[in-house]
Amino acid sequence: MDYLLAFLVGGSLCALGQTLYDRTRLTMGHVMVIFVVLGAVLTALGLYEPLIRIGGAGATIPVSNFGFVLTRGAIMHLEQMGLFGLLNGIFSQAGAAVAAAIILGFLMGLLFHPKG
Amino acid sequence: MSSKVPDDAKSRYARDAARYRPRPPYLRNFLAAFFVGGAICAAGQVLHSAFVAQGLDDVEAGARMAAALIAVGALLTGLGVYDSLGRFAGAGSAIPISGFANSIVAPAMEFAREGYVLGMAAQMFVVAGPVIVYGVLAAFLSAAVRYLVLGTGG
Repeated sequence: MDYLLAFLVGGSLCALGQTLYDRTRLTMGHVMVIFVVLGAVLTALGLYEPLIRIGGAGATIPVSNFGFVLTRGAIMHLEQMGLFGLLNGIFSQAGAAVAAAIILGFLMGLLFHPKG
Repeated sequence: MSSKVPDDAKSRYARDAARYRPRPPYLRNFLAAFFVGGAICAAGQVLHSAFVAQGLDDVEAGARMAAALIAVGALLTGLGVYDSLGRFAGAGSAIPISGFANSIVAPAMEFAREGYVLGMAAQMFVVAGPVIVYGVLAAFLSAAVRYLVLGTGG
């Protein structure tokens, strides 16, 4: 059941992104930015966590989840250490993904060359 | 006169071009994005459950699942497979976190020949940079507004 829900929620989010891409003249970069911003706003409204409870990986794999972890980090540190936590917390949970992507990006750039 | 609908050659051309621009196959693209994106998320859920079965808590299992998907996305980009998938699935492969990795790895590979500093390192963030910039801005603002409305206790 978890797998089916992840499939349905994740698939729907991707299909929504594709519709946005096809029906407007936005680039895929714009669509990704919109997803991240929506993820952040839904998190502050308390709506993204219920989506994760329903969809599991279907909600945590799409890039909107990047907005969720940035915002959740900011909110958690804000509650623990006051206003400075707002800055301090933003990358507290998103850091691993960014670090992994940078390190692997560099490695792949060294190892592989694009075809064509 | 500028308030009228412009009728110079340039805007006539833009109107005509818009009429003949091919319509994307909406349904085909929608279904491809749905099934490929859904499949990636279902595979992520399988990984997540496997990590939980090993005794990791939910948050840590989620973090490792994300790292694994980034690694797979980066490797498939290196092998040239992820970009073929992207041509087929569009947002179905771009929206998942493996697509975020792809958006960093693909320009890193392409611009390596233009140098490691201003080529590879600078171009890596051509898509991921905007995602991070607007993500941080949105997180900062929405957390701040939430704080102003709810106070710390909320």
